[in-house]
Amino acid sequence: MTLLTTVFAAFICTIIWYKNAPKSEMKVGILCWMFWGASLMWLVDAIFEYAELGAAYFTPAPVDMLNDLFLGLSVVALGLIIWLVILLIKDPKGVIKTALFKKKTQ
Amino acid sequence: MACFLVPAAEAVITTVAAKVIKSKEKEQTISVSMPDGTVAEVTKTPFSTKLGWLNKLLWGGSALLAFEHVWHGEVVPFFPFLTAVKNGETSEMLAEMGSAGVMMAVLVTAAWAGMLAVSALIEKRSLRETAPAKEEA
Repeated sequence: MTLLTTVFAAFICTIIWYKNAPKSEMKVGILCWMFWGASLMWLVDAIFEYAELGAAYFTPAPVDMLNDLFLGLSVVALGLIIWLVILLIKDPKGVIKTALFKKKTQ
Repeated sequence: MACFLVPAAEAVITTVAAKVIKSKEKEQTISVSMPDGTVAEVTKTPFSTKLGWLNKLLWGGSALLAFEHVWHGEVVPFFPFLTAVKNGETSEMLAEMGSAGVMMAVLVTAAWAGMLAVSALIEKRSLRETAPAKEEA
């Protein structure tokens, strides 16, 4: 469930990135890299778990599924926080800079 | 247990490598045909930028996986930081890092290598399309 949640997040971010490309004002690319990287790593985890459990891997207990979904959503939230921090620090549209420094009126 | 440490270690190495390569690289300008049919002078994406794609995949993935390990209580915010080390399961942890961790690093690097191959193909195709367009002009 964590893998699925992250893969869907990666898909959505990639579509948003492609739709706005070549402009990257919102730095959505950061989210794409982050979610795809995590998805690939969790895919390896899933393969190892499948090798251990066999077909039982695809029939998890509802409580485990719920916990994994909760974890997946938390991971997406963390990814969004990291992206927001980078966006505000890099400030590609200069919004923070404009808010901090006001032009002196003559 | 601590599998994310392997791709994180790779990320440190590739980040340093990208910085070193970037300092030695020179800008390469080429002519390519654009989707609207015009020929434009563009800068070729340098290798350090392409290595940056791998960095982002590795750092992003490792960060989110580290969070998952904190969630499962495998990483703790106090010394020795890894529950496996605290419980005397260091050998199991190292075995997991050697199997799942290494596989994670290999898969991410393989995906990046695939991206490099595709981008090289796109670059080659654009250059091939540009040659007749330039001759016509």
